[in-house]
Amino acid sequence: MTESSVIDEIKERLGPKVIRIDQPLPDRAFIYVEPEDVLEVVRVLFEDMKGRFATATGLDSRDYIEVLYHFPFDKQDIVVTVKTRAAKPFPEIDSISLIIPAAQWIEREMHDLLGIEFRGHPDMRRLILADDWPEGVYPLRRDYSQRREPPGPGRVKPVSESDSGESAEEKEKGEVSES
Amino acid sequence: MSLKLKALKKSPWVYHVNTGACNNCDIEILELLTPRFDVERFGVILVGSPRHADALLVTGICTRQARPRLQEIYRQTPKPCVVFAIGACACTGGIFKDAYHFAGPVDEAIREVDPNAIIAYIPGCPPKPEAMILGVVKALQAL
Amino acid sequence: MSHKKGHRCLIPVGPYHPLQEEPEFFQLYVEGETVVDMDWRTSYNHRGIEELATHKTFDQVPFLVERVCGICSASHPLAYVQAVEDIGKIEVPERALYLRSLVNELERIHSHVLWFGLAGHFIGYNTVFMWAWRYRDPILDLLEMTTGSRINYANARVGGVRRDIDNAFMPEIIKGIDEFLPPLDMLIKAVLDDPVLHARLKGIGILTKEDAIKYAVAGPTARASGVPIDVRRDDPYAAYDLVDWDVITQEEGDVFAKVVVRLLECVEAARIIKQCAERLPQIDGPICAEVREIPAGEGVGHVEAPRGETFHYVRSDGSPRPVRHKIRAPSFNNVPSFKASCIGYTVSDVTITLASIDPCYSCTERMARVVDRKSGEEILTFADLVKLSQEKTKRIKEEMGV
Repeated sequence: MTESSVIDEIKERLGPKVIRIDQPLPDRAFIYVEPEDVLEVVRVLFEDMKGRFATATGLDSRDYIEVLYHFPFDKQDIVVTVKTRAAKPFPEIDSISLIIPAAQWIEREMHDLLGIEFRGHPDMRRLILADDWPEGVYPLRRDYSQRREPPGPGRVKPVSESDSGESAEEKEKGEVSES
Repeated sequence: MSLKLKALKKSPWVYHVNTGACNNCDIEILELLTPRFDVERFGVILVGSPRHADALLVTGICTRQARPRLQEIYRQTPKPCVVFAIGACACTGGIFKDAYHFAGPVDEAIREVDPNAIIAYIPGCPPKPEAMILGVVKALQAL
Repeated sequence: MSHKKGHRCLIPVGPYHPLQEEPEFFQLYVEGETVVDMDWRTSYNHRGIEELATHKTFDQVPFLVERVCGICSASHPLAYVQAVEDIGKIEVPERALYLRSLVNELERIHSHVLWFGLAGHFIGYNTVFMWAWRYRDPILDLLEMTTGSRINYANARVGGVRRDIDNAFMPEIIKGIDEFLPPLDMLIKAVLDDPVLHARLKGIGILTKEDAIKYAVAGPTARASGVPIDVRRDDPYAAYDLVDWDVITQEEGDVFAKVVVRLLECVEAARIIKQCAERLPQIDGPICAEVREIPAGEGVGHVEAPRGETFHYVRSDGSPRPVRHKIRAPSFNNVPSFKASCIGYTVSDVTITLASIDPCYSCTERMARVVDRKSGEEILTFADLVKLSQEKTKRIKEEMGV
């Protein structure tokens, strides 16, 4: 049907920015781009071609961190995944959350779990991991996953009575002063 | 038997704490309140604050983030109180026992605060509402 | 609560709050009664399933992912197995397709009715809560009869389904659905006619179409804002392209529209279930394709869960375990839309607006007191109560002049 038209349009609009396109199934496509082109590619897919942003996946392959942005095109019945890679051990990539507000939270999650730094993210606070989780330990990194030891036991120290009333900022301040 | 314990057994007011459950146990607890099971017949009422509660219904694995909060909630509950660890996760960690965000089963977290805490286990994934009622009845009989 | 921005006040909601079943921490910044900003902190429920999944074999993972969320315990495994079937290019037998649709639609009814009850409870309308949950019970019985468990179904499996449903059960399923339809109809009519619900839900928590796209919301939340997306139609899986059904959309984007979308979807789900149950006895054959090993590759599976699109990405390197398994539950996208839908409304409207996206948390603790003031008085029959309730609604209608 129209599956190929999405791919054709991507080729036409993005041209040399696309390194390679894989289409293992008619309704699944993976396009490879350089990390510095991510913003432009995402903008074209989301704003110009009206793709829906499903989510982004971060993953640790052996030599680099991969970031995948998934865009289902509902009318054309195809899921396009934009793949890019960032260097280890301090991966950095441009934040797409200014183009797609929904990406803010998934980028915060990837920051927590994989330690990816998103340049230009408006609010890069901890989202998923516990307050007492040590900085710099990323549970989805390969080195962590193979070791499989949680860093230290859960915090035993009692929380103050007004715990639920504290804002996250206050809590963070409190922890800094304790350490 | 102390007067307090006698009063507690008469109509246990419960507070529900989810420490990282998948919702299964939670909706089964809610199910207990609705017309089919309607545990209010027996004087079991869910209350909005641990300070009003006689029993804590704890569901889910104890995540790192939730563990100190659970301990705080236990401290706020008037004693004597009964802690019900509901579901496989709360009892042992269940399928999540190897997860990195798991900070020990519920009983360990509670015992750290109060070594003599009364803890009842209701296993199952999720336990059926009937099993929960049975567990509560058995625990109250054992007191 | 000192927050040094004008006259702002901070209202913390959570992590353990009577309004929430699951621990979740919302911070409401208010000026007077009006919410001007909001923040969201999660982690209390974070278990690290994505990491755990990489230590289980492909066949074990469905049991893990059905515990992502107890209410979507048919959708998550299905999305996962579809992703794996993508990698292995596995053809699923026809009977399994129908069985998958059957269980998923039963789950949808149970979830939507559950949500509807809770929504009623959130606005202090406990009658709705009790009624909705009462009519939901027979659906759970059907699920127990067909899959063996009220909630964790262990239904999907790479290549098909794990267990067959005996054809002898099909008439029972049809009968159960037929018995569910009149009460559902009553609930729908009650919602559409009830001036109290209109007053409380219409025009509240509006999520515009533009915001719905910007925040990439999914499922009923999107469909109530006029974004006609539904994975069941857009990327057909299971037997959804083999049966006859409609996608429900509303344009308003307010809480009321979300209620309407969910309730009407129950009707569609009932249609799908009946068609599946009628056709299944005529379809023989295996319920699971033979799967030897999963080759290296990557796959994407998405499924329309009751709350919206649940999205799974799986990568395999040819070993018996997935290398990476990404799970995106619909609430992850839906919850942040509070930035668009809650701001500018009053504090009292925030609860129902947050609840309207069905964010996998619900309320247990506040329903407590249905104090029996009538004890000792004459016992009212069911019909009396219905009559009383109708009279009250009529009275409110007159007072409101509608």
